[in-house]
Amino acid sequence: MHDYQTILTSPAEWLPLVFALIMAISMLAYVILDGYDLGVGILLRKAADIEQKDMMVASIGPFWDANETWLVLGVGILLVAFPAAHGVILGALYLPVALMLVALTLRGVAFDFRVKAKAHHRPLWDKAFYLGSLLASWSQGFMLGQLITGFKNDTFSYLFSALIGLCLISAYRLLGAGWLIMKTEGPLQLKAVQWAQSSLWISGLGVVAISIATPWVSPRIFDKWFSFPYVLMLFPIPAVTAILFAVIARSLKRLPTRLADNNQYGAAIPFACTVGIFLLSFYGLAYSLFPWLVIDQLDIWSAASATEALVVIFYGVVIVFPMIIAYTAYAYRVFWGKSTALVY
Amino acid sequence: MESLDPTLLARIQFAANITFHILFPTISIGLGWFLLYFKTRFVATGKQFWMDAYQFWIKIFALTFAIGAVSGITMSFQFGTNWPGFMNTVGNIAGPLLAYEVLTAFFLEATMLGIMLFGRGRVSEWVHTAATWLVALGTTASAFWILALNSWMHTPAGFEMIDGKAHVTSWLEVIFNPSFPYRFTHMLIASGLTVSFLLAGVSAYRWLKKDASEAVMASMRAGVFVAAVLIPIQIFVGDLHGLNTLEHQPAKLAAMEGIWKTQQGVPAVLFALPDEKNKTNNFEIAIPNLASLYLTHHWDGEVQGLDAFEGKHPPVAPVFWAFRIMVGVGLLMLVVSWWAAFELRRKSGPSQAIAKILVAMTFAGWIALIAGWYVTEIGRQPWLVYGLLTAAQAASTVPATSIALTLTIYLALYVLLLGAYISVVFYLANKATQPALKQDQKAVPAKVNLAELRHA
Repeated sequence: MHDYQTILTSPAEWLPLVFALIMAISMLAYVILDGYDLGVGILLRKAADIEQKDMMVASIGPFWDANETWLVLGVGILLVAFPAAHGVILGALYLPVALMLVALTLRGVAFDFRVKAKAHHRPLWDKAFYLGSLLASWSQGFMLGQLITGFKNDTFSYLFSALIGLCLISAYRLLGAGWLIMKTEGPLQLKAVQWAQSSLWISGLGVVAISIATPWVSPRIFDKWFSFPYVLMLFPIPAVTAILFAVIARSLKRLPTRLADNNQYGAAIPFACTVGIFLLSFYGLAYSLFPWLVIDQLDIWSAASATEALVVIFYGVVIVFPMIIAYTAYAYRVFWGKSTALVY
Repeated sequence: MESLDPTLLARIQFAANITFHILFPTISIGLGWFLLYFKTRFVATGKQFWMDAYQFWIKIFALTFAIGAVSGITMSFQFGTNWPGFMNTVGNIAGPLLAYEVLTAFFLEATMLGIMLFGRGRVSEWVHTAATWLVALGTTASAFWILALNSWMHTPAGFEMIDGKAHVTSWLEVIFNPSFPYRFTHMLIASGLTVSFLLAGVSAYRWLKKDASEAVMASMRAGVFVAAVLIPIQIFVGDLHGLNTLEHQPAKLAAMEGIWKTQQGVPAVLFALPDEKNKTNNFEIAIPNLASLYLTHHWDGEVQGLDAFEGKHPPVAPVFWAFRIMVGVGLLMLVVSWWAAFELRRKSGPSQAIAKILVAMTFAGWIALIAGWYVTEIGRQPWLVYGLLTAAQAASTVPATSIALTLTIYLALYVLLLGAYISVVFYLANKATQPALKQDQKAVPAKVNLAELRHA
């Protein structure tokens, strides 16, 4: 039905593809960018003192707001480009979405309140920051679990989703710890190495759990992965993921001695490799799900908006998307290197 | 729980979220431009007090922006979860408008805000000023797109219906629909007024706490003078907007004015208790023929009453009352801002009385703003898109219990955050005041009584 010739020649065929791609990029950007923010928030509770907490928040302060905007874009594209899927998916996920929204709200306002409210309220806002980050992460993992199990209302899929929630907490924690190793110095940096070590294995469990569960949800996905010759072509995905985990583990083992010598060489490795794992996992997941937005029920073509509306948004995206990427890159360049205390 | 009506709950939930949300962008839109003013004055004059004012207000800006951003995320989800029928029917119009808001405004303001807040010292002064410009432009661009969509829902234009779905025939007509110029101007001025009174109120608070530093006086003057200039313009624009409503949404106007029967020589109702059941006003105080005069510019002009829109007009009392609250607060703003402006021409600063009134009116803009939005939004009922789609048709299939549960949590959260926000604004003002007290002992007005201030 969707052969290459019609896909290339008919906008009604290729526009949904393009928007699925943009939505995937936005969601991926969100998961990685806000992922390290949320990870730092989850780790906030473990900081030794107020100075460390301030330093942790300072490392994400200039970025978090823009990072969160990727979620608005991702969900926005789901809403405007695939309205039918938006209704089904967010209707089924109504409660975990509400939990995430409340948690993100708490986390977001705590950024400001923790330094601006009365001094004795500060521990409360720090707690809100931590809880907000934790619950937002868990609910996102839970939603991912629900998406993979096709929104079934049985005990197994709820348990599975709850487990994925825990694994995503751990994965964000790993990402956040990697970010802190890269952006901070001194005792906090050493602590972050320990935090990364203690996050590594549950994050790995999450990747394995999703990889095992996804093919069993639908025989179609099973065939996509395990039929010849796909199984050979896809083999690098799990292989490279495993290698990246090993690289992180080795790097975390070596970093403490190196950092003790005031040698920052390799401080970006854990973060970079974790981002790599997120990219590969996301790619694997996208490969499994494509072209379905709701597994075996709703694909990107049947959920898409009218072509005329997509064309109008497409022009905007073509012009504005490169600009967004350019000034986002600029902002990261401005705050490149070890972070400093935030004062304004 | 079966007796709960999911449509009503979805409506209350959406209204609660959007009411809470709108408070904060309204401040960040206006405050962004005030910050740019402080910043450019500093760059032009090199006087430190402009930077002091900037640095005080940017703290409040950052806090406001954060709450606006996170509550806005909730909105982006609820468009779909609460009103799936909305996107199904008019998605071809609402979708691109929302997408352009995210693409052209959200990323710009959020990214540049990081540089604006934390970038001084890391970027050159002019890049920092440029970032301040872009944040102000971004917030205003965001208002442009969302008000284009909102106005289109009131006065839809530039489309045709094919198989129950709206298809665009002209984007220019969609964006610049009949009520858009009025609503956009009205809203931007409302934002300016809200921030003016915030500036004036918080500065007056600091002044009453004996902080008469140049930064405080400059903020107070900026707030009061901008308010004094904006409020007459706002009253004029509001009147034009009302006439536009009369033309395009006569049922809303009849509810605003409390006109039950179509008639000539319509009185202007000052006070009344609208009685929906008996279709009449109780305890009415009215000025004969005045409404005809200002609505039709004829002493005996005919105005359509609610009886012309049987079953298709909004609930009267909330619209009627919200309108009076908005106008009342607006008139109060006129009196107070002119009085304060008159007093501020003197070097010695304002009188105790006006300073206290300004403190009391710190968030007056919010009251007028919410009242105004309730007039226009409740006034559009039962329609979601005027004449095209009713709220009931667009409502979701989410179970009532789920909506009720989340609504309760949202409400609790919003009450908490609103309380925290207001108290932190005054706490920051207090904190900023203390160092100034030490430096400016001489500048303290002599006659102020400390004990009296604690009560104020």
